[in-house]
Amino acid sequence: MNSENKKISVGKRGKEVRSDCYIELELKEKGGLKINLNSKVESMYGDSIKTLILGMCDFYNIENAEIFIEDSGALNYTLMARFELAVKKLFPEEKRECLPDFNKVNKYNSSKDKLRRSRLYLPGNEPKFYSNAGLHKPDGIILDLEDSVAPSEKEAAQLLVRNALRRVDFYGAERMVRINQLPKGLDDLRFIVPNNIHVILIPKVESEEDIKLIEEKVLSLKEEYKIKNDIYFMPIIESAKGVVNSFQIASASKFNCALAVGLEDYTADIGTERTKEGTESFYARSAVINAAKAAKIQAIDTVFSDVSDMEGLRNSVLEAKSLGFDGKGCIHPRQIKVINEAFLPSEKEIEKAKKIVIAFEEAEAKGLGVVSLGSKMIDAPVVKRARRVVNLAEENGLIEKDWRNIKSL
Amino acid sequence: MKLVKNAVNRLVPNEVNGEKQIPFQGVGKYKPIGNKAKPPIRSCADYPADGNKIIKSLKEALKKAGLKDGMTISTHHHLRNGDVLTNFLFDTIKEMGIKNIRWFPSASFPCHQHLIQYLEDGTIHHIEGSMNGPLGRFTTEGKMKGIGILRSHGGRYQSIQDGDVHIDIAVIAAPTADSFGNATGDRGKSACGLLGFALGDSEYADKVIVVTDNLVPFPCYPWQIQGNNVDYVVEIDSLGDPSKIVSGTTEVTKSPDRLLIAEYVAQFFEDAGIMKDGFSFQAGAGGTNLAFAVYLKEKMKAKGIKARFIRGGSTKYLVEMLEEGLTDYILDGQTFDLEGVRSMRENPGHVNTSPFTSYNYHGKGNFASIIDAVVLGATEVDINFNANVVTHSDGYLLHGIGGWQNCLFSKCTILAIPSFRDRIPVIVDEVTTLCGPGELIDVIITERGIAINPKRKDLIKAMKNSSLPVKKIEEIKAEVDSICGGEPAKPKLNKENVVAVVKWVDGTLLDSVFQIEN
Repeated sequence: MNSENKKISVGKRGKEVRSDCYIELELKEKGGLKINLNSKVESMYGDSIKTLILGMCDFYNIENAEIFIEDSGALNYTLMARFELAVKKLFPEEKRECLPDFNKVNKYNSSKDKLRRSRLYLPGNEPKFYSNAGLHKPDGIILDLEDSVAPSEKEAAQLLVRNALRRVDFYGAERMVRINQLPKGLDDLRFIVPNNIHVILIPKVESEEDIKLIEEKVLSLKEEYKIKNDIYFMPIIESAKGVVNSFQIASASKFNCALAVGLEDYTADIGTERTKEGTESFYARSAVINAAKAAKIQAIDTVFSDVSDMEGLRNSVLEAKSLGFDGKGCIHPRQIKVINEAFLPSEKEIEKAKKIVIAFEEAEAKGLGVVSLGSKMIDAPVVKRARRVVNLAEENGLIEKDWRNIKSL
Repeated sequence: MKLVKNAVNRLVPNEVNGEKQIPFQGVGKYKPIGNKAKPPIRSCADYPADGNKIIKSLKEALKKAGLKDGMTISTHHHLRNGDVLTNFLFDTIKEMGIKNIRWFPSASFPCHQHLIQYLEDGTIHHIEGSMNGPLGRFTTEGKMKGIGILRSHGGRYQSIQDGDVHIDIAVIAAPTADSFGNATGDRGKSACGLLGFALGDSEYADKVIVVTDNLVPFPCYPWQIQGNNVDYVVEIDSLGDPSKIVSGTTEVTKSPDRLLIAEYVAQFFEDAGIMKDGFSFQAGAGGTNLAFAVYLKEKMKAKGIKARFIRGGSTKYLVEMLEEGLTDYILDGQTFDLEGVRSMRENPGHVNTSPFTSYNYHGKGNFASIIDAVVLGATEVDINFNANVVTHSDGYLLHGIGGWQNCLFSKCTILAIPSFRDRIPVIVDEVTTLCGPGELIDVIITERGIAINPKRKDLIKAMKNSSLPVKKIEEIKAEVDSICGGEPAKPKLNKENVVAVVKWVDGTLLDSVFQIEN
């Protein structure tokens, strides 16, 4: 292999750095491989780190090099992403991926109408937040390649997010990635599509063309990598033009599962500022909800940015729910519980849902094709929604598991 | 020095610094016979009749106390990381040309890094107490002249009372004192709360020097240390940095992961039936512990439940519970913030305790075993629930035992710990240093699940219908190993060279800390 630059450094170092590493890779003419490791976990994992790096040198046919690693407790997938980046910076032509094993716990599916009350944003180039994110039980986890990643770190984040999708257990949360704005976002797809991604968040969408471009690329990558599962899209509306085109956007692909609104950019676009009352964005939010519902997909609200104000968050979720939103973004794990709870069905909703479920089960038992409650016919989607309300209520202890028996007493 | 295996198969020396040792024999097994230590008889004829025991300088007081090479000097950690006095004390001892002191602090803090020079030049021979941070590092690298001895707060009182450690001179930092030697920590510019750690020293030491930066006319009332036990009183400008002695306000952790653990702990109290009217618990001032108390308070309020007493490092959160009527008493072991100090002065229900009342194992009972549940931390726990609080998995000694060992005797001992820190697993196959036998540790609560000691069938049953993620400890360990990249390698230790020993609450040797190989 030929390389113009002989020495490169990647990653992060310093007192504040956790779960990451800094790597210097210098190619030599001779002398074999020399690794100089300075690690917080040297006595515990020093040998294992050296073995890992030597294995990667072998993979990329690097025979003579001096490698300096300052490790702040990076997990293997992070070390691998950083070292791969160093190699690729030295050899821009190198396309081979050195992948960590795909963790089998990550082989679960999602569905188009999955519950999406809370989705937690994680900055794409910050591995320290990854390991425990799923423990806080968000409905979805978003590895963000867009706004939370500095332009100089985009390449690093692509590799890290790819490896994280393969290794990190998100404990059943829906696996999402927010790609960059088009056209850059198209390059991101190759790193995520082969790694069991459930939902792709598409930022700053202004027209249905954006969605079509993504769909085309995703389908071709799925074919290339022989991916069977559906991959859903969540376009984010963040501009006046996007709001105006929101229905076309929402109905642009059968893979759209939800339409989200992002208000920071939107308010800037219409030349105002975000207020607590949100009068300035009322139209945009309602337009997004209407577009989503007309396209029979979910509507997702923007994030609540004051992470210390839990009461404000709760009120904001209740307001979003009353407007018709199905979920909300979170930027801190402590927001998840508040959001999930505020989106729980009310007592009235639960009672109504119970009646519908019972009516459906009775009709089914009698072999009737049509479900009715009193004099009203009930459509299949209504039954489905009622079942979901009842399940949610059961899971959250709002009703007993055997509520059917309790009712009949 | 010969190494022998004790009752839990850990290698311990048969003698330490020339003194014969007894290996750990099992919990509750070793029962010494004989009498306690006897302080010498004193006569009022030898003390000023007007009660004025003031000496003009610490150096003068040390001289009068008969300071000699090889003596044991005790100090206390109630000034925490703001302590200036202890450093000044050893500057003075050095100046006097004295060597080979056995330093017997109740705990050390990073500020005592200053003393490393005196460990190097032979002013201090070794430390018996705790070796935190830089002092621990120094010790683990085999640089201390003698062997360090780690004791719990209760074990420290036991060792003084039983005569295992004879204190020649006790130097007690007193935020307020009178010329007779009555002293207290609940007021004065260096107010720290309680002086309970110094109680045993004041009773048993040959000579007792009270050093204060707030001298008041007799009587200093209420007092925590009795002047009748004090030989000399020295006034200095400042005992230390008030902002590091107590924090202005103690804040609950902001880490979402620690808060999750704290929520699990509070939920465990409720689901396991610990939280009921008249119950008691202990909560420290560590991030997770503090947060747990806040969540528990919400639950107690929601259910209208009141505790009989809370033991603690007192903080504003416990004070709020006391003042809102959620507990009858705070039994204070040490005081962590200004609200705690204020409450100690103002609330009759805020009670001063000491290692004698709370922790001493060689007494007619102690408070630690009366308590319903205690929440503690640990650096490592193994699959048999044995735990470590003094060394890290890399073999370095970095913390003291504090009251940790003593608290294990509560009716339900909970370790609230992360399952790994950065890449370092906390749940391991075998602890680096054994500080607490697994038979006394009931529950491990991590962010990845809750493991109940199989011995506690009652707790397992009580938790059957809980929504908490109760798992086997092996399951949590397997998950952590998978995240961290396999089981961690063991540190390279020189098993010939013991640098410190861990005492059990009864004075027997539980384990050894070995020199790190470099």
